[in-house]
Amino acid sequence: MSESTDTRRIFLYSRFERINHWVQAALVLTLLVTGFEIHGTYSLLGFETAFDVHNFCAWTWLVLFIFDIFYLAVTGEWRQYTPTLRKLYDVMHYYMIGIFRGEPHPVPKSERAKHNPLQRLTYLGIVSVLIPFQMITGFLYYYYNDWAAIGLEGLGLGFMAALHTIGAFAFLVFLIVHVYMTTTGHTVFCHIKAMCTGWEEVEGACAAEERAST
Amino acid sequence: MKRNRSASIWTILALVALSFMCVWPVVAATQQEQPQKTYGADEARARTQQPARWVTTDHSKHEALQGNFTSGPEVTTACLSCHNEAAKQVHQTIHWTWLCPHDEKQEMGKYGLTLNNFCVAVPSNEPRCTSCHIGYGFKDASFDFSDPTKVDCLVCHEQTGTYEKHPAGAGNPVSEPTVFPGDGKEYLPPDWNKVAQSVGRPSRKNCGDCHFMGGGGDAVKHGDLDSSLYNPPKELDVHMAADGANFSCVRCHTTEAHQIAGRCYKNPAHVERKSLIDDDQVTRIACESCHTATPHKPGVKANDHTDKVSCQACHIPTMARAEPTKMWWDWSTAGKKKDGKPYAEEGPYGKSVYDTKKGDFVWEKNVVPEYRWFNGTMLYVTLNDEIDPTEVVELNWPVGGYDDTRSRIYPFKMHRGKQPYDSGLNRMVIPHLFGKDETAYWANYDWGKAIAAGQKAKNLEYSGEYDFVETAYYYPTTHMVAPQENRLECESCHSSDGRLAKLAGFYVPGRDHFAMIDTLGYAAAILALLAVIGHGLVRYVACKRRSS
Repeated sequence: MSESTDTRRIFLYSRFERINHWVQAALVLTLLVTGFEIHGTYSLLGFETAFDVHNFCAWTWLVLFIFDIFYLAVTGEWRQYTPTLRKLYDVMHYYMIGIFRGEPHPVPKSERAKHNPLQRLTYLGIVSVLIPFQMITGFLYYYYNDWAAIGLEGLGLGFMAALHTIGAFAFLVFLIVHVYMTTTGHTVFCHIKAMCTGWEEVEGACAAEERAST
Repeated sequence: MKRNRSASIWTILALVALSFMCVWPVVAATQQEQPQKTYGADEARARTQQPARWVTTDHSKHEALQGNFTSGPEVTTACLSCHNEAAKQVHQTIHWTWLCPHDEKQEMGKYGLTLNNFCVAVPSNEPRCTSCHIGYGFKDASFDFSDPTKVDCLVCHEQTGTYEKHPAGAGNPVSEPTVFPGDGKEYLPPDWNKVAQSVGRPSRKNCGDCHFMGGGGDAVKHGDLDSSLYNPPKELDVHMAADGANFSCVRCHTTEAHQIAGRCYKNPAHVERKSLIDDDQVTRIACESCHTATPHKPGVKANDHTDKVSCQACHIPTMARAEPTKMWWDWSTAGKKKDGKPYAEEGPYGKSVYDTKKGDFVWEKNVVPEYRWFNGTMLYVTLNDEIDPTEVVELNWPVGGYDDTRSRIYPFKMHRGKQPYDSGLNRMVIPHLFGKDETAYWANYDWGKAIAAGQKAKNLEYSGEYDFVETAYYYPTTHMVAPQENRLECESCHSSDGRLAKLAGFYVPGRDHFAMIDTLGYAAAILALLAVIGHGLVRYVACKRRSS
């Protein structure tokens, strides 16, 4: 959308990161679709199939999630998720006002900082709170029969189901906003394309920094 | 280039490792562990398919059975000459007393103070009802329950299939050919020698002739016990089908000293949930006895249901799958006549839907059971209990609940109907139905006299006023287990309008929701959607304006 032609191509997302992203995207979508069917919202695959697919995806994601943490730790990529307040206000201001005026993004992507402060906070929250929350509530929900063995018999199945449902709605809201945010690059599909090829077209970093400092 | 290629190899290796890690636990979890040795159901299957019999005697060769028998008690005397404890054992059983041995007050049982909503109660109607008693000549309250020669060994043990008692013979076979007007069938006296020499372990026919015909006719009472079980196809009953497990009744209703395992009025069929794996002496009455508490493949969620859901609930999808069963019996319309004569009307399934003697009936096939919590105990309204005639009177009810660890969700046939009660005392009553005397309802169609006579037979009070009240009667559905491919689908219960829709007080995924969470959740999603659409629109308009 930006009129700026001052862009350069940088390689941001490794093959592993791209595949990982799309596998997780597929898992989230499938988990949402099957989860809401198990919840009774609609009838699509049939309860049993929905249940089987949901559990298969959940286990797959658990394994992938553990692998991801290992990956982030080993590669040092965890740094991409360190939260920062610096320029957070600018980014929020940009999405609320600047974007309509055709201003450039206050924090252009770079190899060292793939995510802007708002993304860092959001993704960190999702990785460290929402995903574990869904995994734990889902795991307990599934192993309901064994609660007595771990001293949880005071809780009801409905309570755990409620928590898991709340998490699911949080994922749904995140998904809606996240998908929309991919369209806010300099073209509607450029971020999605970048997540497929690994190459992101970034507005000239010099120009952006120049403008930010004035 | 070289560096790139080695990077690619590592990526591919990593991906292979990743996919293996993702798939392996699932594959491992769904792998079926084959039992090393046969046990439970497999063991039973293997046993029943063995050609060798376990029996070591041929009764036709016993000297005691060579006599020229002319009556049942003579045969019984011969039986007791070897089986000298048998009559004493039989006298202790509910088959003989028609009273629940676990009820200290002796109120529960066919000959106690309980009743149903079919022909209501045995007292005063003995000659007709006791044709299915295992004694000879139980024609009224004077029956001698201590007489060993009155025990009818043949009805349970003869194997010719020719031994029949007369439907109104108080447990006696006929002594000369007799036509029973009720079914127009001619009953013949037994060939006593032949039937006596044929005795063996009870077959389906021995049990079925009474238990399949409960309520006076085929499939009337239970819905899961009827003549189709003499030789059922596999779709009807996997355990009894010839090409299934080919079990006889006593295969599961194991017997000790003539005490046959099964539920009796107040007492559960089994208290402990044990399998033959835990204890090889366990009776086989429960599904778990053979199938264990985790009967499905390892990792299958259905294994986690067995603490709250009975096997029957999923594996008996509908009852009365072969023969229609009676679902409604309205006594209040009995007594209507055509041209001054009693009449009967035939309806669908070729079954009578009206009978002057009995009133209106409704028959149904492929009946979806009703589901209740049940710990194996049933309690009953007795003839001394006060009832509330403004509501449907449940004449019996299953005991149990979600919090009772012995309870499971069980399927039931609910038989409903209308029957007379004492509207002065608000108690259920016994109508005297059968007999040639002038007080019998089926002789004179006078409810007042019939109730007075029925109550008197049991020394019960009667105010003289009667009316009709709607009643319900629970039959646990436990036979006619369908093959596994015909089990209930998960969504039969895991849906808001499913089979458990009315069973409240516990959370069922797919059935129950918290409306507040759903409303807030959907609202948040819709708001997010509206917000991003709005944001996008403003972006689009602003961009257009800038470029123009």
